[in-house]
Amino acid sequence: MADAPTGLAEQYDDMLQQREASTLGMWTFLATEVLFFGGLFLSYTIYRHAYSDAFAEAGRHVKIVYGTINTALLLTSSLTMSLAIHAAQSGRQRALLGFLAATMFLGCCFLGVKGLEYKSDIDEHLVPGAQFQHGLPAQAQIFWFLYWVTTGVHSLHLLVGIGALGVIAWMARKGKFSAAYHNPVVMSGLYWHFVDVIWVWLYALFYLVNRH
Amino acid sequence: MIRTEVQIVPRKTYVGVWVVLMLLLALNCGLAEVDLGPFNLVASLTIAFAQALLMLVYLMHARYETTLTRLFVAVGFIWLLIMFDLTLSDYLTRGGLPGTLRDSWKHGAWPTATHKMDSP
Amino acid sequence: MKTTMPQTVTPEIPNPPQRLLSYFEDGGQTLGSWLLTTDHKRIGILYLYSILVFFVIAAIAAAMMRMELLTPAGDMVTSQTYNKLFTMHGTLMVWFFLIPSIPSVLGNFLVPLMLGARDLAFPKLNLLSWYLFNLGGLLALYAVAFGGVDTGWTFYEPYSSAFSNSHVVTMIAGVFVAGFSSILTGLNFIVSIHKLRAPGLTWFKLPLFLWSTYATSIILVLATPVLAMTLVLVATEKIWGLGIFDPKLGGDPVLFQHLFWFYSHPAVYVMILPGMGVISELITCFSRKPIFGYHFVAFSSVAIALIGFFVWGHHMFVSSQSVYAGLVFSLLSYLVAVPSAIKVFNWTMTLYRGRIHFDTPMLYALAFIGLFMVGGLTGLFLAALGFDVHVHGTYFVVAHFHYIMVGGMVTAFLGGLHYWWPKITGRLYPENLGRLAALIIFIGFNVTFLPQFVVGYLGMPRRYHAYAPEFQIFNVMSSAGASILGIGYLLPLIYLIWSLKNGKKAPPNPWKATGLEWQTPSPPPKQNFAQTPIVTQKPYQYSPEIEEELIHG
Repeated sequence: MADAPTGLAEQYDDMLQQREASTLGMWTFLATEVLFFGGLFLSYTIYRHAYSDAFAEAGRHVKIVYGTINTALLLTSSLTMSLAIHAAQSGRQRALLGFLAATMFLGCCFLGVKGLEYKSDIDEHLVPGAQFQHGLPAQAQIFWFLYWVTTGVHSLHLLVGIGALGVIAWMARKGKFSAAYHNPVVMSGLYWHFVDVIWVWLYALFYLVNRH
Repeated sequence: MIRTEVQIVPRKTYVGVWVVLMLLLALNCGLAEVDLGPFNLVASLTIAFAQALLMLVYLMHARYETTLTRLFVAVGFIWLLIMFDLTLSDYLTRGGLPGTLRDSWKHGAWPTATHKMDSP
Repeated sequence: MKTTMPQTVTPEIPNPPQRLLSYFEDGGQTLGSWLLTTDHKRIGILYLYSILVFFVIAAIAAAMMRMELLTPAGDMVTSQTYNKLFTMHGTLMVWFFLIPSIPSVLGNFLVPLMLGARDLAFPKLNLLSWYLFNLGGLLALYAVAFGGVDTGWTFYEPYSSAFSNSHVVTMIAGVFVAGFSSILTGLNFIVSIHKLRAPGLTWFKLPLFLWSTYATSIILVLATPVLAMTLVLVATEKIWGLGIFDPKLGGDPVLFQHLFWFYSHPAVYVMILPGMGVISELITCFSRKPIFGYHFVAFSSVAIALIGFFVWGHHMFVSSQSVYAGLVFSLLSYLVAVPSAIKVFNWTMTLYRGRIHFDTPMLYALAFIGLFMVGGLTGLFLAALGFDVHVHGTYFVVAHFHYIMVGGMVTAFLGGLHYWWPKITGRLYPENLGRLAALIIFIGFNVTFLPQFVVGYLGMPRRYHAYAPEFQIFNVMSSAGASILGIGYLLPLIYLIWSLKNGKKAPPNPWKATGLEWQTPSPPPKQNFAQTPIVTQKPYQYSPEIEEELIHG
């Protein structure tokens, strides 16, 4: 395999086969992620159905401003991620680096805003437990428990995404990618977009409950 | 071996999708402030669905992939439906037969067990 | 079909100039060459070592339980210790032995060979999955060694979070990590089977082992994440002190059961489907006949995997789920019997008028069919709403799933291990000892678990260290059988290790079997094949009349 193009692993015959395999692998992984979050969405559905009043009550305390800013940040980061992929596909290395940096920056902004939001949630005693805000029904704690776990797991995914993009950016700096080989950029892009897809649902389920 | 290369999606598609996504976000946020009764939930979930679909189809290139890959895109969501469907078949039919089923779990009528919450 | 030699055609290689180094020799025998390997064959062997350790530990727990149950009084261990013993036995056996047994050991070794590929699609992920598996295993062992867990392998809420004082969180962390190992293995197999098939190897030329591995992988990939999230919720609930399954807040513990069994019922099929794949290979090879109804056997694997996702509620008939849901789940559970029965019928039809050779792997295969039928049919009893209420939580259930998991999966694993042992190690095992061990295992197994059907039907509940005196005779039989079974399992362990140094050198195809894995030297070279094979014919082109004299010729 001395004349194999750079980036082709030995178990593949050609780049197309390798690309299709990793695309299929990534989507399989994303399917597992759908079901991973699915357990939370199912729990949410069951309890919202059972305790709609308590959920409406609890949902009034979610900070929609933070949530909306964060949604906008993530949607924009998806744009920059797509543009990074476009840059990689057309072999523009500087643009690739720039868009990757922008994507990571937007991701960090998201986490920053999320931190501020968490802080004000804590200040308002919205953490389930003995200190939980008085005056809310007991089942409101279920809503807030789900809020913390779901957004927490989502933030963790975003953190992983930022780390992955960091590695990709480092590889890009080293000149590992070209118009012919840039598969890792596309794969990490899929992951990044997916984390965004999950967030869109979180936004609808946790932030838009009973606003009016 | 020469096989077809990847189709590069033009940048204006990405930008266009982003504009639509942001508009949908504004719509979602705005609709939530209006009282539509039960349709608030329907509206917000429909918009979320539209946004997710746009991202899957254009940003994540589901549209440009092989049938096999598209099937794999769908499969996670189909399985989610199975999980929802059969679990709800339990929850939505509870309490149907008086005397044989309890629906008390909804109303917090559980026997209060001595709970170890306070112990570290 | 008149040909007697393998029907999948390898391009003629006029005696390659030098012999390719086997995967043992290539890369050396240093510790690093094993621990950092990305060769699927070496990773398969690493898995074999790991699961063996867990099997032995879990078997010791079982032995202690059987000793305790010799007498009706709970006199050997306390009830608390007994709880920890059966939890340890269940958790280790399910997640650290059965689930990885055939997929991760034989699957890892065989999938690329059967595909005619050089490796799996993602070799590094494959190695990572072994490390994750061991990390999870170490966490589980830590939980066992430093206090144990007493919840049973199911971690039922609210006991596991609110009441149990044992190391639930550590154990959950172990299972969680091991779950990712399963996901990565499944993902690797799915992509490999889709994308790395040799030229000409279409779906309907695939060996049936690959069909069942594919079906298993679907389950691993789509069910395991739900378990992962459920365990996260339980652990959070335990650490936090309250959570969404907590009745005190209005939470529903039955929701935990839904989520848990959405994973765990399909996972039960992970613990039998790969075994069915192995049996399909063995039956056809040792009957010297093409498998009867190839397409039916292939699709029944996929059908079992799919329907397996629709039946989880049959574990919850007495959990206070809605009776309507119970009816639906009961009906759907009956459906799983259809593809399972299709398999048994097809295996039987393959035997019909075949030239049957009673080599060790075939003995295991025949044992599998019988034991699986008992396990499967009693499964139908349990799927019946009314009957299940009577025997729920009794030894009837214990006997049923041991017939599937031990009588089915472990038997198939041993059969497969013997069958592919010459390919894996390049050595033959002693045939007579092999047959003797298979016989001892079959007898020991039935003596152990058949009485449990009876005692369960009579009403002896599972998971207690003391029981009513009238059940003693059955328990003594069971414990005696377990000792026989123990000896049966010890034998292969000894002679297989012995054969590594002293066994006869294996030819490339000792069974005169079809299939790509037999067309490369034993043990195979690192790249599996000197040249990528081209497949032109259907699998299992055995011909009983001509091959009679060849098999032991």
